[in-house]
Amino acid sequence: MQEKCWKDENLKFLKTLIILLLIQFKAYALIEVDITRGNLSPLPVAVSPLASDKKSLVEVEKILKIKDIGSEISLVVENNLKQTGLFNPLTKDAFLQKPDIAHFKPRFEDWKLIKAQALITGKVEIINENLRVEFRLWDVLAAKEMLAIAFTTVPTNWRRVGHIITDKVYERLTGEKGYFDTRIIYVAEEGPKTKRIKKLAIMDQDGFNVKYLTLGNELVLTPRFNPTNQMITYLSYFRNLPRVYLLDIETGIQEVVGDFPGMTFAPRFSPDGKKIIMSFASDGNSDIYTMDLENRIVERITNHPSIDTSPSYSPNGRYICFNSDRSGYQQIYVMKSDGSNVKRISFGRGLYGTPVWSPRGDLIAFTKLHKGKFYIGVMRIDGSGERLLTENFYQEAPSWSPNGRVLVFYRETKTDEKGEGFSAKLWSIDLTGYNERQVRTKTDASDPSWSSLLSN
Amino acid sequence: MTLNKILRNTFLVLVAGLILTACATTKKVETTAGQMQGDVYTGTDTVEYLASGVPDRVFFATNESILTTRSRETLRKQATWLRENSEITVVLEGHADERGTREYNLALGERRANAAKDYLMTYGVSASRISVISYGKERPVDSGSNPLSWSKNRRSVTVKAN
Repeated sequence: MQEKCWKDENLKFLKTLIILLLIQFKAYALIEVDITRGNLSPLPVAVSPLASDKKSLVEVEKILKIKDIGSEISLVVENNLKQTGLFNPLTKDAFLQKPDIAHFKPRFEDWKLIKAQALITGKVEIINENLRVEFRLWDVLAAKEMLAIAFTTVPTNWRRVGHIITDKVYERLTGEKGYFDTRIIYVAEEGPKTKRIKKLAIMDQDGFNVKYLTLGNELVLTPRFNPTNQMITYLSYFRNLPRVYLLDIETGIQEVVGDFPGMTFAPRFSPDGKKIIMSFASDGNSDIYTMDLENRIVERITNHPSIDTSPSYSPNGRYICFNSDRSGYQQIYVMKSDGSNVKRISFGRGLYGTPVWSPRGDLIAFTKLHKGKFYIGVMRIDGSGERLLTENFYQEAPSWSPNGRVLVFYRETKTDEKGEGFSAKLWSIDLTGYNERQVRTKTDASDPSWSSLLSN
Repeated sequence: MTLNKILRNTFLVLVAGLILTACATTKKVETTAGQMQGDVYTGTDTVEYLASGVPDRVFFATNESILTTRSRETLRKQATWLRENSEITVVLEGHADERGTREYNLALGERRANAAKDYLMTYGVSASRISVISYGKERPVDSGSNPLSWSKNRRSVTVKAN
């Protein structure tokens, strides 16, 4: 089966993206953002519009139909920073200094006056039909430059420019990698609950640049990225045969994973991207299998007359956490990647599902069902330290941001007495349990999966 | 029957016992009296018929794949009808309600449809005439978010395939 899908052009451009480090002062890190305590006092930050010369503005408008590219990029940065809950971007109306002069040499007293502690300035121009962007991060109170970076890319990548700037700023101020130049793959939903139409969709982490990868002719579920973000594995009901598929985003080529005589589901990639791990259901029994994508060898990992599903590898590939009802109810288990040493780790009250290993390796996020409520939570890999982050009527399937700081999941609403009013949306929440936010999607959405950083 | 299956069935019966004991204290009065027994749907709202007097579906308790007395009765009728109409093949569609995680519910739907398949086979229907598909919670018949709606959605439906 081959199907033409959306071609990922951005990934090609990524290779041409040049990052030049101009100057970097690390000695005066007076501003620090503590990301372990949630959003108690977000850091006031001024994001000045990026300055631009007239000639560049005219050319950008010709290519992108955007009037003021400098303002637009700064808006991307501002929105990203605001969404973290750690920063408080100040209103631009209060800015006293013009963007070009501020970028050249900020008058720190002006920025102090509006209570900005950090300032981001920049310049954008067109050089040989490419977008050249430079930006600086300033410590207002210490009156010092903290970071200055310039890079060149194709003009259509302008939103990514904003995301990359945010990643660099976030990393400089928090000491941790960002998660802004990333994408989310998810299932776009429409139609009544009994006849839901579902399509694979991919978008930037902030909800822009949505592309649909399937047409909605068949039911599709649970898409997940490979480590390089070029492949997706998911479940499709193509020809009414529920099977795990592999989709190459760049070529649009899809193929069934393995040759199983029944339903395969719950797929994920191994951390090295070489294997797909999934469940295979046969005669009322679901077990976990892997398939090597190079030599197509299929290996059975669990062999138990219970439902074993939702497998997820540890980042080093040596362990697998999964979901099993071998104790009578859905609980979370951890085993070695060859299937040995199976240990139950969830012992709290209620049912536990969809375990997913943190990219940092120290935590497992899960869905918990207890007394008619659904929770998203995290526990350590031995099951200790369980923390429930959010409670609702129905929500499930957490997926980690690449830096292991934020979880994205989906939440469905209750229908009314007439069976109407149903909706499904994506939400995100900090590991701290703070900063719960709806993730913007054009349609209803479910089954989100976060990519790794596209540029690094 | 493989050893696995025997083990599983024994296991399920044990679990069912535990659940029934657990529920006895908490769920005495259902507002939907007459349409549910425990939390298994016993009404006929959504039921269609494969032939006169042959209901097309059986219902399950939450998280369960055990066939109730009533379900077994329905399946015996289906088996009789299938034996009389030997050219007909069927698909058993297993479903779950919305109160579970998506992937687990896919497995649960498969387990439910197979429970119905095993019973039909016991009553003389050849395995080659039965295929099984799970929709998990993807195809509810009732879009409500209440115990009665959920009970209608926990089902295995026998559908003519030819």
